[in-house]
Amino acid sequence: MYCAGIDIGSRSIELVVLRGSEIVSSLRADSGFAPIQQAKKLITQVRYDRIMATGYGRHLFECSFKAPTVTEIKAYAVGARFLFPNVTTILDIGGQDSKAIALNDSGRVSKFEMNDRCAAGTGKFLEIMAHSLGFTLEEFGQEAMKATEGVHINSMCTVFAESEVTSLVAKGEDRRKIAMGLHRSVVRRSVGMVKRVAGSGLMVFAGGVARNPCMRYLLQDTLNQIIHIPDDPQMVGALGAALLSAEAP
Amino acid sequence: MSEDYRNMWADLGMDLAAHDALLEVLGKGYQDIYLAQKNRPKGMGYFDFVMSEVHGLRIKELINEKKAGRKVIGSFCVFVPEEIVRAADATLVGLCTGADFATEEVEKILPRNTCSLIKSAFGFKLGKVCPFIESSDMIVGENTCDGKKKSYEVLKDLVPNLYVMDLPQMKSEEGRALLKAEYQRFKEAVVNLTGVSIDAARLKKGIELVNNKRKAMHRLSDLRKADPAPISGLDALLANQVFFYDDIVRFTDSVNKICDELEDRIADNKGVFPKGTPRIVISGCPMAVPNWKFPWIVETSGAVIVGEESCIGERGTRNLTDNTKESTEELMDAIVDRHFKVDCAIFTPNPDRVNHILEMVEKYKADGVIHYGLQFCQPYATEAMSVEKQLEAKNIPTLRIDTDYSMEDVGQLKTRVEAFIELLR
Repeated sequence: MYCAGIDIGSRSIELVVLRGSEIVSSLRADSGFAPIQQAKKLITQVRYDRIMATGYGRHLFECSFKAPTVTEIKAYAVGARFLFPNVTTILDIGGQDSKAIALNDSGRVSKFEMNDRCAAGTGKFLEIMAHSLGFTLEEFGQEAMKATEGVHINSMCTVFAESEVTSLVAKGEDRRKIAMGLHRSVVRRSVGMVKRVAGSGLMVFAGGVARNPCMRYLLQDTLNQIIHIPDDPQMVGALGAALLSAEAP
Repeated sequence: MSEDYRNMWADLGMDLAAHDALLEVLGKGYQDIYLAQKNRPKGMGYFDFVMSEVHGLRIKELINEKKAGRKVIGSFCVFVPEEIVRAADATLVGLCTGADFATEEVEKILPRNTCSLIKSAFGFKLGKVCPFIESSDMIVGENTCDGKKKSYEVLKDLVPNLYVMDLPQMKSEEGRALLKAEYQRFKEAVVNLTGVSIDAARLKKGIELVNNKRKAMHRLSDLRKADPAPISGLDALLANQVFFYDDIVRFTDSVNKICDELEDRIADNKGVFPKGTPRIVISGCPMAVPNWKFPWIVETSGAVIVGEESCIGERGTRNLTDNTKESTEELMDAIVDRHFKVDCAIFTPNPDRVNHILEMVEKYKADGVIHYGLQFCQPYATEAMSVEKQLEAKNIPTLRIDTDYSMEDVGQLKTRVEAFIELLR
């Protein structure tokens, strides 16, 4: 039986198809302005017998395709646990959501915390900051790591931080140092969330922002523990949804 | 509603066009949220009727009271003792503060960072869309939280007769003495307003009426212990909301009738949701009518709300007033004692509250608690953190939510609520 999971996020859509416990397909597309059309394009490329949706667009998918849904919290928990059977803490930073999830010994979600209403401390923040410093999102982390130290950024609000960045640039600050400071801000916030939710134990860092090398480095450094990052950190939700779809009666 | 009402509203000085718009939104909201529910007790038809006539028939009744020389007093808080109001043959109406209205106008006179509840009261007044405010012969404010306290300074210039009640901050001897003095002062103000001399007999009658109303709500709460839940949290909330402004005897009767029906449902093992549906107690800031957003999100996400630890809910109706005494002084003391027990977060310290939450979790066999805070509400936001800690120390899953009246965060709330329910299953 081919069981699929689709994670319709604010920036990207991931689709994972499982046969038994083997991943047979893993596809991605940009969400764009018509995520359901994009989702449709993806699913026509694969074979599946059942499908479960997660992510921000899950209810839209549910309406169009009559598929069951699960929240990204549970999907990430299940996906991460499959990849790292002993994980107890998951930090997922996505396009406009960030979440810290604590699992109990049997791998069930015991507690979670998400970002407040705004997108501070999420991929959105990094994207806008990269752009304001003339970097692409892809190179932002790398460039930040070229700085030996960071400039402290006070604002967490994307809008206020952008003003702060403009002032720093006007003062002649090195943009790589500013970039490092911005990454530190996001890490500070994320670490706060992780600490409120869980203790130590094996941690997994997932979501699109986990592709950022500077974020990975700073998190490891700040939390002083080994943080596991899946090869494809963005597909953890879709994987979890596929696993749950397989589990269903 | 009939044409009759337009003249009535015009006479009250309301903005008819704005009011029409409000009624339309309210009607649609009620349709989408309440009437879309399945398996509702038939007795809820009474509340459907009340809501359809919320600004019509009820206002007509209030105007008739005034024509007969009796007074209408508007209030915002459960600390305003209805017993004393009733003792003077007056009617106490809770003023709705559950929807955004005329926000731009409100933000000219109140800080933007004020909780939605307070802004709503002003919005309804500035927008001239609330016939309850316009019918009130006296409006009672109370020195509860900072937001309210300071906002009454502004409200004073907007309404003809604002009376502000002071409240203690601590549950101490001094605090009780203050409440007693304030209730005495309030009693005198009510006597002045109504021309009715409040004696012991009148107080006893007032206490009896309000106690009966509370007893009906206790009965309703008790029936929510059953699984499957015989009534939805949305419907129970509505009853709690209407508690504040409906005709007291009719309301009491209607709730008792619903309770009769719920008893039958329970005997037949019937409910609004399947047996085993995750059960949640909501605790925190009150949800004033027509604020239905959050319970709607919870109950369309696969859970049922089995109790509300809030002033519009069990915290507000919890205790009866002791009606066994015979002198005015003792009866006033009994009213003070009863109200002094309310464990709103404006009191410091407030240890009873978490105990009550724990009691409710046990009594209603709740699987988890959602702490509901209005954005910018400092007292409840602060208590939320210690409530969460204490509940989790007893392995009671807890979710803290902060929101306002806007619909912009429905998606985000739904994700958090759904994830919490998944955790409970």
